[in-house]
Amino acid sequence: MSDSASTNSPLAYRIVIGLEVHVQLKTETKLFCRCSTRFGQSPNTQVCPVCLGLPGSLPVLNLHAIELAARAGEALHCELASFTKWDRKNYFYPDLPKGYQTSQFDLPICVGGYLDIPIRVPSDNAADAATLSENMVKRIRLVRAHLEEDAGKSMHDERAGRADTRIDLNRAGTPLLEIVSEPDLSSAEEAKDYLTELRLIMVYLGISDGNMQEGSLRADANVNLHIERDGKTIPTPIVEIKNLNSFRSVERAIDYEVERQYREFLRTGLAMGQSPKQTRGWDDVLGQTDLQREKEEAADYRYFPCPDLVPVQLTEQQREAAKHESQFTPDRYRNVLLHTHAVKETDAEILIQQGRDVVDYFLEMVRAGATPKRASAWMLQDVLRHLNDQRVPIDRYPIAAPKLAELLMAIEQGKVDTSQAKQALAKILDDPSIGVAAAIESLGIVRVDVSEMETLCRELLAENPDVVDKVKAGNTKAVAALVGQAKKRNRNADPRVLQEICLKMIASM
Amino acid sequence: MSATFSRVNGPSELDRLISEKSCVRIACRYPISHARQFAGSGMHKGLSRAATFPYSLSMFDTRLSLRTLRESIANRSVSCREIAEFFLARIEKHNAAINAIVAIDPEIAIEAAKAIDRRRAQGESLPAMAGIPISVKDILCTRQGTTTCGSKMLAKYQSPFDAHLVSRLYESGAVLMGKTNLDEFAMGGSTENSIFGPSRNPWDVARTCGGSSGGSAAAVAAGLSPASIGTDTGGSIRQPAAFCGVCGIKPTYGRVSRYGLIAYGSSLDVAGAFAHTVEDLALVLASIAGHDPRDSTSLPDPVPNYAEEIHQTPTSLRIGVVREHLEDDGLDSELRDALQASIETYKRLGASIIDVSLPHSKYCIPTYYIIAPCEASSNLSRYDGAHYGFRAEPAPNTSGLSPLESMYENTRSQGFGAEVRRRILLGTYALSAGYYDAYYLKALKVRRLIRKDYDAAFEKVDILLGPTTPRPAFKLGEKINDPVQLYLEDLFTVGANLAGIPALSMPIGHTRAGLPLGMQLQAPPLRESTLLAAGHWYQQQTSYIPSIPPAFAASST
Repeated sequence: MSDSASTNSPLAYRIVIGLEVHVQLKTETKLFCRCSTRFGQSPNTQVCPVCLGLPGSLPVLNLHAIELAARAGEALHCELASFTKWDRKNYFYPDLPKGYQTSQFDLPICVGGYLDIPIRVPSDNAADAATLSENMVKRIRLVRAHLEEDAGKSMHDERAGRADTRIDLNRAGTPLLEIVSEPDLSSAEEAKDYLTELRLIMVYLGISDGNMQEGSLRADANVNLHIERDGKTIPTPIVEIKNLNSFRSVERAIDYEVERQYREFLRTGLAMGQSPKQTRGWDDVLGQTDLQREKEEAADYRYFPCPDLVPVQLTEQQREAAKHESQFTPDRYRNVLLHTHAVKETDAEILIQQGRDVVDYFLEMVRAGATPKRASAWMLQDVLRHLNDQRVPIDRYPIAAPKLAELLMAIEQGKVDTSQAKQALAKILDDPSIGVAAAIESLGIVRVDVSEMETLCRELLAENPDVVDKVKAGNTKAVAALVGQAKKRNRNADPRVLQEICLKMIASM
Repeated sequence: MSATFSRVNGPSELDRLISEKSCVRIACRYPISHARQFAGSGMHKGLSRAATFPYSLSMFDTRLSLRTLRESIANRSVSCREIAEFFLARIEKHNAAINAIVAIDPEIAIEAAKAIDRRRAQGESLPAMAGIPISVKDILCTRQGTTTCGSKMLAKYQSPFDAHLVSRLYESGAVLMGKTNLDEFAMGGSTENSIFGPSRNPWDVARTCGGSSGGSAAAVAAGLSPASIGTDTGGSIRQPAAFCGVCGIKPTYGRVSRYGLIAYGSSLDVAGAFAHTVEDLALVLASIAGHDPRDSTSLPDPVPNYAEEIHQTPTSLRIGVVREHLEDDGLDSELRDALQASIETYKRLGASIIDVSLPHSKYCIPTYYIIAPCEASSNLSRYDGAHYGFRAEPAPNTSGLSPLESMYENTRSQGFGAEVRRRILLGTYALSAGYYDAYYLKALKVRRLIRKDYDAAFEKVDILLGPTTPRPAFKLGEKINDPVQLYLEDLFTVGANLAGIPALSMPIGHTRAGLPLGMQLQAPPLRESTLLAAGHWYQQQTSYIPSIPPAFAASST
């Protein structure tokens, strides 16, 4: 423990974070058997001798999982292994019915790679600067990504006087891709950004449904601090925080852990290697991490090649397919929105975060003739609100993109004003079978003839000399007072046109 | 009796049970009254009356071959039901002496036989094994009855599925007639490590029938099953075949699906057959071999017509004699003489005999006893009491252990026998951090060298000939306390498992004391036809007639 006065003044430190993210792959069936991977079924109804680990059963690889893993590898700029194999990770736990998890040890399907995240705070640290790229993104390097089967779920019955644990093996054998980053993340916020972008990539490419409530994306964070003291950099012991199932818990857990490690260091002064590596669990309710395991060495899982499975060699076709399928990343869409269609950055990001189908809907509207600006405004104000209120995905939005584009073009062409268009939209939402023209017509909107408008204006000006005087005195806004009267006489009168004509007439008086 | 098992609390009570009645489960599904009536309706009486039981028992006395049975079924001189009853009666009478069959359901067997009879009566053309009784090692999953692996751990375990090969047997019309005894989880070479107690050698009941598929070998040797299915991880078919004087084949790794074969050493395990003649082996193998999509290591190659190809006289057969095997110091002299005589026979028939060397064969045993236990330590992890099978209570005061860990510890300490525990410990040790490279990885490298030895040998010869075991059957209890001595019995057999090649053992006579002697033939991967043809040729040319031990002769039925 430091005896210097520096304990009183805060020490500078850098946060070092590496994430291990388990992504559940979007396959119909499990990794080594044909049981369904559907979420939320009654316990132990989606099981067979293979995923129950019954004696005599044998695994058979689900090739779709390989395809999805390869697609992810391409999207994350990994090197796809030409030869990958399966290993058994041996440990005892009731939700692991075989007593081992089939995983990949020394020859994972994806090696290396990276993921770029936006830079939040420009760093003045030289070490960090090295990781900056020209596009103002921070590049997070990946160690590897490997396939493995999920374990079952233990449910602890904590009713009074009971210590039962019940096991649901529906999830056992579900394919997971474990993506391991280098410790390149330096704040809770960056960790959240990394996870957000990773999830988005997985969802855009159909690799995972990315549903965090259902556990389709789970993260473990390795966190420690590099503390500056007396001119030396002292790393604190690394702590692994397990099972972070939401963006918010990732952020909170890391923030908590940073605080805790800093205080711990001030208290004990112990550096990495001087105390054992800890595994801590995040308690979302209490908002704290709790010690789960403390070990001098890593657990000995006695990995060895699984003799029941044959190694996998990706074919040229599979590689090509993976490359092809991995093109449509969120970043690529982001580029199109920002640079091709000049959508405002914040608006673009909202659309991007909604998912590929929403962006595709927007792009289809633009292709059908809507201006990107108006299309994005309507997407954000009307379409997304509807989806949110109704809790439906975009493919269940009642109006197809070209039809909505047609309505927006009616505004452009001056056929309707914005508020009329919104009324027409409401009509169409009520009855999606009616067309745009019919909806506008049903509102009783008929374009008023110019001569008719001029007659109306002349009458109004004659009846309201005070308005004329005010305008002549320089208060052009006074003309707005006529709009209400005009509407009473002809409800189709376009206020904009009315004001224009009136102003022109007053000017020539 | 299954109810009795549930009351069994400790090994001592179980031991007592087993020693009182060596074949505990026999009566389980077989009401005594029926048994009496069945026995009383009398094989003896019936047999003497040609009208009701129209075949002579002497027919089966010396020729229990499947071929004979098939012919009898084909020419309608006997019904499948009569065959089933005949073998059931023999099991009823003789099994207690050798404890070969540990579970059987006579009613289901007879129903199955009657179903074949009905098909025959309707003029259906019957599949290859129609009406043939067959027993199956109790490590192969059957929906019928329990599948115990000879272990307390699975004493009451009922599989929800049939092993691939069991389904194939049903498809080929075979009648499942009994599960056979084995060393617990196929770990052992004497069938002494079984919850059912040891099986005995029909040629001398004081001696072992070998193992781990000892029950199958003894059942065939004693004429209780005309054929049986065993498994071979490190000689577990061939060694008992040699000890019991029957034929046994271990096919190429992957030739028979492992689906439903409860794993011991997954990269070595393969199921195969026992029968009286090599010709019969061909028939059984043909009905169980073939690709199975449920086993990723199953071979996709088409299955040759073994029954046909076996008759192709191997002209200019090149036989390699493995120097290291024939010159082994431990080789029994009577066995050496018998092998020399067999070599002479082949020579006389026109085969060329070539001296070959398998220089790494001396590493076979250590290599095997690293790889198999490593795989076993992982394969047997699933027996933890959490999901199925035996579960022990956690200790009341679990010092330093959680109740769960204590339950694991007690379950696995009490549920597994000593040999299984020994191999799990060996494998766990060898796979541990810091030892992996020195043991497992090195064993894999040596395994490749052993395979290369075989590849080189098979460039010069078609098959390899040598002893199956160093000596004939040893006495029960003789090696049970000396595991290393027992491991050395596998000297000549484990090479084929490590290399994945097919091999068979066939009888080549008896010692002066009347113990069977076995010869092993080995062939390149997927050359079962060559192997079988070479064996069949030998049996044809020597007019081989299967014999059964006097105490089990038909006259004593």
